[in-house]
Amino acid sequence: MFEAILIAGFGGQGVLSTGQLLAQAGMEEGRHVAWIPSYGPEMRGGTANCGVTISSRPISSPVVSEPTVLIAMNRPSLEKFEHSVVQGGIIFVNSSLIDIRAGRKDVRVFYVPANELAEELGSGKVANNVILGALIELTGVVTPGAVEKSLREVLPPHHHKMIPLNLKALEVGAGLVRGDGPAAAGAG
Amino acid sequence: MAKILMKGNEAIGEGAVRAGCRYFFGYPITPQSELPHYLAKRLPEVGGLYLQAESEVASINMVFGAAGAGARVMTSSSGPGISLMQEGISYLAGAELPCVIVNMIRGGPGLGNIAPAQSDYFQATRGGGHGDYRVLVLAPASVQEIIDLMKDAFDLADKYRNPVMLIGDGVLGQMMEPVELDEEVKPVVLPEKSWAATGRMGRDKKNLINSLYIVPENCEAHNLELARKYGTMAEKEQRWEDYHTEGAELVLVAFGTAARVCKAVVDMFREEGRPVGLLRPITLWPFPAKRVAALAGTARHFLTVEMSMGQMVEDVRLAVNGRRPVYFYGRAGGMIPVARDVYREAGKILTGGADS
Repeated sequence: MFEAILIAGFGGQGVLSTGQLLAQAGMEEGRHVAWIPSYGPEMRGGTANCGVTISSRPISSPVVSEPTVLIAMNRPSLEKFEHSVVQGGIIFVNSSLIDIRAGRKDVRVFYVPANELAEELGSGKVANNVILGALIELTGVVTPGAVEKSLREVLPPHHHKMIPLNLKALEVGAGLVRGDGPAAAGAG
Repeated sequence: MAKILMKGNEAIGEGAVRAGCRYFFGYPITPQSELPHYLAKRLPEVGGLYLQAESEVASINMVFGAAGAGARVMTSSSGPGISLMQEGISYLAGAELPCVIVNMIRGGPGLGNIAPAQSDYFQATRGGGHGDYRVLVLAPASVQEIIDLMKDAFDLADKYRNPVMLIGDGVLGQMMEPVELDEEVKPVVLPEKSWAATGRMGRDKKNLINSLYIVPENCEAHNLELARKYGTMAEKEQRWEDYHTEGAELVLVAFGTAARVCKAVVDMFREEGRPVGLLRPITLWPFPAKRVAALAGTARHFLTVEMSMGQMVEDVRLAVNGRRPVYFYGRAGGMIPVARDVYREAGKILTGGADS
């Protein structure tokens, strides 16, 4: 079992903490995990990304240069990293903010209107978790139970009241790819 | 024991606190700034002092002062800042003061960049500053090992009254990995430092922290004494990890992040039943020459893999002493070797198609 997940977006979208949540959940399940942020010189409001590796074996380099899964939260991220995804990999496109289609034909692409779905749930802040829910459902890289437990670890206590909303977002995302949710994800 | 996710730079800080370090003097630089950031909050919680100095030159001299007073003290920086500290490090070694210096290496030379590199190997292992001295150099390869080695770093510094350098790179500093940590911080019993300048306290003789030996005969005697100490360190403190080296025809030699990549390469070969192993130096000075020399008796080739244009490879060649060919593969300027590429290089050696 090996997944190298690249989560990319702009600063403030919560891509680093989403990655941390995923890494924490992997650790809860006894996997080898590594998380690494991009730390190049960036301007305020610029791009941010992190790589999360979850594996049944020790992790060599934590740098995710050939992701098995790409979560593109904004258009520059899709344009920058689309080519790096391994053949047969998965790309999640946040279609709320990305108005182009992915060009790759040798990967699975899922278009998820994450911000809209999150707003419908009550807060745009859980947009990442809509996609995370879809990712977990598709890959089984971690269990929903481990994510729920990890939310308590990763979120500061004063944000624990947000946990039910986060769980709802995960469930909506999972429903999308199962095809029983309110709006099935457009696969292309 | 709690298992938590921790960033490498923060692990250095927590490791230092748990080793009894209570003083940090430093100046920010990427890719290690999370470490001073962490200690700025953490040290006051345990009654320690964090101070951001006006420069790296000031930082290392503050370390000199605190070490002279017998405190467990550290500083940290990255390449350019460590270069600025070299005069102070030479003085610390000359005055035989224990301290820990962390270098999270970035791409160089000059301003270079902030990406991970191992190109300060020469600077770390050859002294770096002026004069005939050595610092003991530790090279962890995981966040857990960072925590474990920080304790050893302070203990070794005190044991030998010598600066100890812990080196990593941007990857080790920035990455998060699970670490096992005791739930509570246990009090550390520090060794007594009868030489420290803490006031005369009724002694006949005053303690003096000094690296000035104006009479050549005295300075030579001091150098001989230091050399004896370094000889003991070289004899007793070599550390390494063997990874499938037994029966290996080709031995990869790599430390830190490059060693992580090489482990994956060894796994690729072992899955094919091909005899490739990895020797991972944990001390860079003293270099584990004993182990390399022993392996030169059984292995047919060596391949050193570094994130530089080839620095540790010289120590490998010295230890192999011409008995076997020693090949080199490196990436530089902030690039990290890719397992597939190392595998290809190693494959060429195994099939006899590489030049040493």
